[in-house]
This record gives sequence, structure tokens and C-alpha cells, in this order.
Amino acid sequence: MNKFVFLIPLLPLIGFLINGLGRNFLSRTAVILIGCGALIASFVLSLLLFKEVSAPGFTTQIINLFDFINAGGLDIKFAFQVDQLSVLFLLIITGIGSLIHIYSSAYMHEETIPHYARYFAYLNLFVFSMLLLVLGANFVVMFIGWEGVGLCSYLLIGYWFKNKDYNNAAKKAFVMNRIGDLGFLLAIFWMLSQYGTISYAELFPKVGTASPYVITCITMLLFVGAMGKSAQIPLYTWLPDAMAGPTPVSALIHAATMVTAGIYMIARSNAMFTLAPHTQNVIAIIGIATALLSATIALKQNDIKKVLAYSTVSQLGLMFMALGVGAYTAGVFHVMTHAFFKALLFLCAGSVIHAMHHEQDIRKMGGLRIKLPLTHITFLIGCIAISGIPPFAGFFSKDEILTAALEKSPVYYVLGVLVSLMTAFYMFRLYFLTFAGSFRGTHEQEHHVHESPAAMTWPLVILAVCSIIGGWVGIPSVFVADAHLLGKFLAPVVASQEMEKPAVHLSHEMELGLMAMVLGLIILVVFIASKMFRKSEITENTETGLSGFLANKWYVDELYDVIIVKPLNALSSFFSRIIDNRIIDGFVNGVGKAVQFSGRQLRLLQSGQVGSYILIMVISIILFFIFQLYWKF
Amino acid sequence: MPINYYIFLSVALFSIGIIGVLTRRNAIIIFMCIELMLNAVNLLLVAFSKMHHLKAFATDVATKVGTEAQLFVFFIMVVAAAEVTVGLAIIVMMYRNIHSVDINFLNRLKH
Amino acid sequence: MAMSMVEILFWFLTSLSIFSALMVVFSKNPVHSVLWLIMVFFSISGHYILLNAQFLAIVNMIVYAGAIMVLFLFVIMLMNLNTENEQSKSKWLQLAAALSGGSMMLILVAALKGNVAKATAMFTQDSGIGLIKNLGNVLFTDYVVPFEISSVLFLSAMVGAVILGKKEAA
Repeated sequence: MNKFVFLIPLLPLIGFLINGLGRNFLSRTAVILIGCGALIASFVLSLLLFKEVSAPGFTTQIINLFDFINAGGLDIKFAFQVDQLSVLFLLIITGIGSLIHIYSSAYMHEETIPHYARYFAYLNLFVFSMLLLVLGANFVVMFIGWEGVGLCSYLLIGYWFKNKDYNNAAKKAFVMNRIGDLGFLLAIFWMLSQYGTISYAELFPKVGTASPYVITCITMLLFVGAMGKSAQIPLYTWLPDAMAGPTPVSALIHAATMVTAGIYMIARSNAMFTLAPHTQNVIAIIGIATALLSATIALKQNDIKKVLAYSTVSQLGLMFMALGVGAYTAGVFHVMTHAFFKALLFLCAGSVIHAMHHEQDIRKMGGLRIKLPLTHITFLIGCIAISGIPPFAGFFSKDEILTAALEKSPVYYVLGVLVSLMTAFYMFRLYFLTFAGSFRGTHEQEHHVHESPAAMTWPLVILAVCSIIGGWVGIPSVFVADAHLLGKFLAPVVASQEMEKPAVHLSHEMELGLMAMVLGLIILVVFIASKMFRKSEITENTETGLSGFLANKWYVDELYDVIIVKPLNALSSFFSRIIDNRIIDGFVNGVGKAVQFSGRQLRLLQSGQVGSYILIMVISIILFFIFQLYWKF
Repeated sequence: MPINYYIFLSVALFSIGIIGVLTRRNAIIIFMCIELMLNAVNLLLVAFSKMHHLKAFATDVATKVGTEAQLFVFFIMVVAAAEVTVGLAIIVMMYRNIHSVDINFLNRLKH
Repeated sequence: MAMSMVEILFWFLTSLSIFSALMVVFSKNPVHSVLWLIMVFFSISGHYILLNAQFLAIVNMIVYAGAIMVLFLFVIMLMNLNTENEQSKSKWLQLAAALSGGSMMLILVAALKGNVAKATAMFTQDSGIGLIKNLGNVLFTDYVVPFEISSVLFLSAMVGAVILGKKEAA
């Protein structure tokens, strides 16, 4: 099996090359077959690999493909690492990726064939990069994938490149990501100079040889990288704007996979982060702050995709909090369940948008439960799952995160519960505004609303099933002893880290009681939301005070504009007016003027008289002779 | 007679040709001076041919060393003849156009 | 030291060629220049004979002194240039030209003075490579391709001359 591991990323790459290069020649069916086929094949291979990895007695395997950089003492191999963590991510990426590819084949059918093929080529390239990211056996291969997903994200957000706003959103995402990437890159350099290696297998055992200060700095830099990719404060503003891309892209990249790259990276290097308690605190604080901030923003958004985007940022914040308190398994668990229900929610939103002919404002929807029965049911399942109501997937992973938070500090716990309540509130607000009540759009729109084709609804159903049962791999020990399958599966990768003594140890009764209390609160919140938003009419008043503050996303974009963009603009215009115009142009023009001037002087020599030319020639020959004969070098 | 006498003779003829080219204004005279320079070179080639031949002749009385140099001179004469034909045609043409063969009138290069 | 016959001949031909060359440059009348140039060619032919290059000496006389110089003379007659009406260049230019020509000679002499073996006696018996038998043999075996190509050169020169000499180019 190991021999075929390289095929998992290679197949999407081949798909990308065929679709990308042949976009003007291939038929629509061929594009679909190549695009989806490559992914499904990789998914099957991943399943086989998973079977092998989950067999007892499996040890981490490293597959060297070729020497990538080999210079002096530096030896970086292009290698893949197969272990529990990477296989889990492989399954998430290829599985959800396949569903989204199939979904896209119907969702994007309005595009002309070259653009259709371009879309699938980008998607395949993205999956390739993402697989590289999780399979890499050292930080350099991970970084290649890391940059690749950033690029694909840019390409896909700006997929409709004729719209200037979309291009700006794409550029924003790219630039924000680059800021984070710089941190990651610096961390890689630092690790290289400190340890002399960056392969996981060699690096992690000797992490402790460096001073705590160095470890803290490296992990902070790594976290800066994660911040950019996983949209944490202060680099989170790109994610909501990234909704400019096609909806399946939002589902795949900006909800299920790429944004979890940061989580993966920190979970992968948990050996380092455990040794850096300060960084862990920072991660937890930033995580919970991001979760709170974006949850409050999501309360007042009216664009169906924006709500989901902010909810993604918020859930990512929760995951980072889990990582910050040392519950790596819980973080990865939430990545998995979140991938299921967030992809589901985005695809449902896509289905709604598709039905509404690209209308995204939930104030103009309502009453869609009759017209879109399947979408309605699956969306409801997604909402329940994300709100954390048992026995749906979100409950188990969130519960695990909150328990871990409580063991660390009650403050994290209370804030986490608050985030969960807000999550339930805005998700059900979204649900009721979209599907309950009666239709609020134009008559014409109402006439055209239709359920989506099978290629779109089947992925919804599969994801809905996963959203229900996906959490059962991590049943906490309060219900059934020793039933945390995921925890046991991941134990070899993160085992040694959760040995720390918890600050508060919870008895089973207390844990159950807290769980019941949170559940009661969530159901209460859902009830309130239902009361508030079930009614059909929406009073359109301008938002003021706190709600206006929230509706405008805390004015963070404006803040960034004032403290970063404006000064940069001023600096740029200074450079363009003074440095560029006066100094650089002055120099360049000066050279030109000097040449012109000397040319005018030299022109006097060109009398046009043949005789004078010959004279000059003869004198030159004489000079050459003298030079040759009497100038001893 | 040593070979360097011939070298100096060739150099003298060549330099006289140069002086002629530089001092005269009549295109035909200049052309003739160029022919003079060509002949100076021919003479030198023949002298060198002889020198090499004699060196080989000392050991082998039937040697043909030096034949190539003489053939070279022959070809130079061929080329010179062709050159003179075209060159004189150009001078005739020039005379027809500006009614003079004075190269000082040929300052079109300036424009 | 008494001079041998060939040495006397050498010095005579040398002084004749240099004198004639100077006269080519300094005569006012172009026709005189042509005649002096023929003189130079004859003396160079004499040198060729001294150097046992008999065939070249004959060709030099026939082609240069005969054909080419007649062509020159012909053109001069045709244009009616056999008068001494050429305006000379300015004094300064002439001085500069003479100076640079002279220094050219000086520098060449200086360059070549020490570098050549002196002791070779040039006028001795050889195996007769300058005879037409030897030259023709080599010319029509090893050098037959350049020889044929030179005929193409002549043809193109002829065509070029005819086109240039036509009264009004169409």
C-alpha cells in the first residue's frame, strides 16, 4: 500500500493538468469525469490507507519520494508521512472534496465549458495542495502545500474575475494569508538553524534541547502562520470576504479544509507547543476572542453566506481554544465534525442560492421549507449539529472542548458556553428566516424557486448523515466508558501531551449536570430565536447602537483601513511623488540627457567627409599598434 | 638579401599608399593608391613564400612548399581585378551625378 | 664589398619602385599618376622574377600593368580629367595625413625589426615552384573550387559594372 501513497496527491494533480490544459477541447462530461474521478479515486486510496493505519500494530511510516533540497549539511527530502493524524485529514479532505466536486458539477452548470474546466482544474489543484500539506513529512513539504492552498484560494475567490469586488476579495485573502505565511516561513528557518532538521520524525524528539525562550518564539511564529490560514484575530477579515467565490468553494476551502490547515499544523507540532505554555495561553485567548467576536458579528448579518462565514471563524476560534488548553484530540475532533456540518450548511446555502437565482439576502427569503424540502431537512440537521444538540455530531466535539476548557480555567468555559449559545441563536435565526414563515422575495423569484438536481441533493444527504453519526466516534466516557474511538485512534500522535494535571478535576455527575444545563440553555435560545424570527414580515429599520456596531462587523475593516491601509497609501504616494518621480526618474532621465548631450558633442566628429574617416581609421590603427607593442601588461 | 629588406620595402610602399589615400581628393588617385597597397602586400606574400620554400629546400630538393602563397597572390589579383571593375563603374556613376570625382563632395554620410 | 649582379638588380628595382610610388602620389596630373603606377607594377614584377615567381611576374604585368591600368587610363580619358585642376586639401590636413602615414611606417618597421630571421639568402636556386607547371597543377587540383568560384565573382562584377554604368537606371 505504501507504494501507492504518492498516488493520492498525484491523481488530483493529473486531473488539474488535464482539465487546465485541455479546457478548450474537453467536453463537459469529460471535465466532470476527470475532475470528480480523480478525487474519488484518491478517496478510495485514502480509505485503503486508513484501513491499514487503523490495523493494530501500525507504526508511523515515512515515504521518501526524492531529494528535494540537498546542500551542504542541509538535507530536505520530499517525503510523505503516513500516520493517524494525516490519514484522518486525508479522509476528510478527499471525502468531503469528492462530495463537493459532485455537487459543483451541477451547481456550476451555467458556466461555459472553458470556465467550467478551469473551475474543476482549480479545485483539483487545491485538493492536491491540501493533500501535500497534510501528507508532508517535514515542514517544507507542508509549506509547499500551504502556499498552494493559499494560491488556489486566491484563484477560486476571484473565480468570477470580471467583478472587481471579487478580485479585491481574492487579493485581500491572498495578502492576509501572506502575512501569516511569513511567520510560518520564519519559523521554518528558525527551526532549521536551531535543530538542523525540519522533518517531523527527527525534529520532535529533540525539541526540548532548545531554550524555552526559543521554543516560545518558534511556536509563536508558527501560530502567526496558523492565524493567517485559519482566520484568527487579527487576520480573520479575509474569510468573510472570501465568500465572493462560488458557494461549493466556500464549503470546501473556507469551511471544511483549508482553514483547518492551521489546526492541523499546530496539532502536528503539538510536541513543540506543549513545551511552550505561554504560546498555548496566547492561542487559547486569541481563539476564544475570535470565537466571541465573530459570533457577535454573525448575529446581525443578513447575507446567508456571511452568517456561515462568521460562524466558521467562530468555530475555528473554538478549535484554537481547544488546542490552546492542550486538548489536541478535541480540536481535531471538532475539525472533523465541523467539516461535516459546515460543508453541509454551505452546500445547503448553495442550494438555496441556486434556487433563488443568486439571491443571498435572507431578508428576501422565507418559507422555503415547502419549495425545497430536502434542502430544508438537511439544513435543519446541520443547524442542530452545529448548535450542539445531542446526539448530533457537534454536541460531542463541542462538549469535549468545553470540558477541556473547564479543566484549564472556568473563564474559558463560560466564554465557550456563551459562544455556543450565540451559535445556536444565529444559526436558528438563519434557519427560521430562510425556511420558516412565508416568502418575502419578488413574485417572479417565487415562481422560479425549485429543488436542486440530484447531483446536488445527494451530497447533502450524505453529509447530513455524517453530521448525525459523525460524532459517535468520540462518545465521552461519562456515557459509555472507553468509547472514545477517535481518541484511541489518535493516541499515538498526541498521547504524551495530555498527561498534564488538570486544574479542576470533574466528577462524572458534575460533568453531566453541566452538560444538561448547557443543553437546556441552548434549547431555550433556539426557542427564543424561533419566537423572534418565525414571523414573516421583517421591519427594515436602520441598525443603530450596539446592533449597528455588530452589523458593521465591529468596524474592524474600517479600523484596519485607518491604521494600516491609509498610512501605507500615504507612504506609497510619498514614494511615488518624491522618491520615484524626483530621484529614480531623475536618475533615469539624467542618464538619457547625458547620452543626448554627449551625442550632440560627438556629432561634431562626424563630418561626413570620407577623408576624415580614413584619417581617423589610420590614427586608430597606429594607436592600436603602439598599444600592442609597447604596453606591457 | 635577407627577408627583412622585402618587409621594409613592402611597408614603405604600403605607407606611401596610405599617404596617398589621405592627402589626395581625386577618387581615382585614391583608388590607385589602394591598388598600390594591395601590391605591397602581394610582394610581401611572395617574399615569405620564397623564404619558407628555401627553408624546406635545404632538406628536400623536390619540395613544393610555398606554392599556396603564390596561389594566394594569384587569387588576390583576381579579386583586385573584379574590385577595380566595380569600383571604376561606381566612380563613373559618381561623375555622372555630381560632375566631379572629388571626394570632398561626398559628404552625404552626414545626413 | 662588391655587390653581386642580383644585389645590384634588387637595389635598382627597390629604388625605382619607391620613387615611382612617390610620384604616383605627388603628380598633379592623373594620367602621370597612372603611368608612374605602371612603373611601380613593372618594378614589382622584376622583384617577383628575382624571387623565382615567374608566373606571378607575368600575370602581374598582364593583369595589372596591362588590363587594370588601361582601364584606369580609359576612365580618366573618358571624363576628361587629364588636367591639373584638382584642388588640394588644406595644408594642415595634408600635414596630418603625411604625419600619420609616416608614423604608420615607423611603427610597422619598429614592430617588425627585431622579429624576423635575417640570415636567409633569398636569391638562390629552388625547385621551381613559381613555374606555371607547378602552379597550374595545384590550381586545377586542390584549388579548383575557389578557381571556379572566382569565375562567378568575375561574372557578378561584370554584371554589377554594366548595371552601374548604364545611363539612367530604370
